[in-house]
Amino acid sequence: MELYDVIIIGGGPGGLSAAYSAYRNGAKKILVIERDRELGGILQQCIHNGFGLHHFKEELTGPGYAGRCIALIQDKPEIRALTDTMVLSVSKDKKVTAVNPEKGLFTVEGKTVILTMGCRERTRGAIRTAGERPAGVFTAGAAQRMVNMEGYLPGKKIVILGSGDIGLIMARRMSLEGCKVQAVCEICPYSNGLTRNMVQCLYDFDIPLYLSHTILKIKGRDRVEGVTVAKVDEKMQPVPGTEFDIECDTLLLSVGLIPENELSMAAGVEIAPFTNGPRVDQRRQTNLPGIYAAGNVVHVHDLVDFVSDEAEIAGKFAALEAQGSLTPAVNTVEVSPVNGIRTCVPQVLHLPEGGEPVRLFMRAGAPDRKVTLEVKCGGEVLVKKMLPVVKPSEMVTLDIPAAKTALMHDKITVGLQSK
Amino acid sequence: MNCIMCPMGCEMTVTLENGRFAGVTGNSCPRGAKYAETEVTDPRRMLTTTVRIKGGLLPLLPVVSAEVLPKGKVADCAAYLRNVTVEAPVQAGDVIVPDILGLGVDIVASRDMEKVND
Ligand SMILES: Cc1cc2nc3c(=O)[nH]c(=O)nc-3n(C[C@H](O)[C@H](O)[C@H](O)COP(=O)(O)OP(=O)(O)OC[C@H]3O[C@@H](n4cnc5c(N)ncnc54)[C@H](O)[C@@H]3O)c2cc1C
Ligand code: SF4
Repeated sequence: MELYDVIIIGGGPGGLSAAYSAYRNGAKKILVIERDRELGGILQQCIHNGFGLHHFKEELTGPGYAGRCIALIQDKPEIRALTDTMVLSVSKDKKVTAVNPEKGLFTVEGKTVILTMGCRERTRGAIRTAGERPAGVFTAGAAQRMVNMEGYLPGKKIVILGSGDIGLIMARRMSLEGCKVQAVCEICPYSNGLTRNMVQCLYDFDIPLYLSHTILKIKGRDRVEGVTVAKVDEKMQPVPGTEFDIECDTLLLSVGLIPENELSMAAGVEIAPFTNGPRVDQRRQTNLPGIYAAGNVVHVHDLVDFVSDEAEIAGKFAALEAQGSLTPAVNTVEVSPVNGIRTCVPQVLHLPEGGEPVRLFMRAGAPDRKVTLEVKCGGEVLVKKMLPVVKPSEMVTLDIPAAKTALMHDKITVGLQSK
Repeated sequence: MNCIMCPMGCEMTVTLENGRFAGVTGNSCPRGAKYAETEVTDPRRMLTTTVRIKGGLLPLLPVVSAEVLPKGKVADCAAYLRNVTVEAPVQAGDVIVPDILGLGVDIVASRDMEKVND
């Protein structure tokens, strides 16, 4: 069985950044396995710009960012990438079984494995809407792939449920293709997208946004003919008497992403609550020794730049472990999100003697302004950072220097303090 | 109007005198004032869309405007590009349509697209 230093599952920006980082940190034999026809992951369908400002210090389109990541690993004899190859299973002892048209079924072994399978979209089943099951209901991402890569339109008169960035971007995209976007409905009292996308994707095209509204019913038997919309109260329950109909032939659902963890769970990787991804330490190691994870498979990122940053961490430590040069951990510290912070990755720290620099990635539970983010251990504040604004849709990061991590014991909390 | 220059998203009010920019309130920093002025005098946007491509791995090639375009012309440019077809191979950065609609901005390819045989 062929043995690799590092095997990476998924060839999106996460997998590619992990591969490049593993290479730079001395790994000699790296394998990237991707099920799609080409590398680059979901970004190949995100043709809009706004990527890369943090990571490449340049504003790029999705395919442009993917291209940069691919270029980093090309022509390196240490890195091999297999496309059109689907990973079927990963075992605790780091044997990876995959299938492709050329080799059929095969198994390779890694000294370390990095999981970078990304995420997938929630579908209609996950949100419960009444009505028949007519044609014309798509997830926003499926529609994005059709319009941007395959070359056909899902419909002409569109309603979008969910005002996250993917929903907003698709509202503009469909308008530019000559479709009529009738409305965007959002169940929350605030939009989950960037202000920039609100302005440039909705206001520029005079598309109405209904906040605190949801879709009760999808009308039509063979093809969608319209939707029934109603206002919701604070408990997100529809308010009787507020129903109205919007005509459309297509409904796009942009109702959230879930990390893709069937492979991880089958291998015995522990999944954390709220993030729905592997529970990882600051090196992005899962509960299984030698199995690492990074990118959207760990927690859904809104910025691909952070995916690359996180994947570089995983790639580095996987490469060091493969070479037997990982500094052993002597101190285990649990990380608990409190007061207004809903999720925090990593969930646990395994610190070596003298500590190690740690970057925390967090999400707030609700929008707020002028708050202080505090990392506490045993009642003492170790690090704090002023935040002018927090939104559930925008990830917050915090760097903790090695010297501060050396002061930690048992458990730290991360939370927000209002003025 | 909302400033879009950073996540604060300040709510700003612009004063106009005879249709001319005369001042702004509500911004928390000078970047907001600059944005407000451009937004009322000469709003501009990037355009990202696709053109058809023959002989490539995919039937579509994503393209991007090399610079911002006048906001009012974005829809016209997108409509124009819907009828453009190119041939593979193409490299990221190749000019697909020079000086689109005489606006002085090139439309360039966002990615490489190799030629595939069959
Ligand atoms: C529809 C959609 C739109 C998005 N739009 C934006 C945006 O506009 N801006 C932004 O910054 N972020 C956006 N994101 C988030 C985006 O996913 C991340 O920024 C980034 O692409 C995540 O990188 P990744 O490598 O973790 O995952 P992905 O890019 O999803 O890559 C995962 C890869 O793993 C492969 N894979 C999965 N399972 C297997 C298997 N069993 N065997 C082999 N290969 C496998 C997949 O085919 C895929 O190529 C969007 C996400 C989605 C779903
Ligand atoms: S005015 Fe300044 S602080 Fe306010 S959103 Fe604009 S750039 Fe940010």
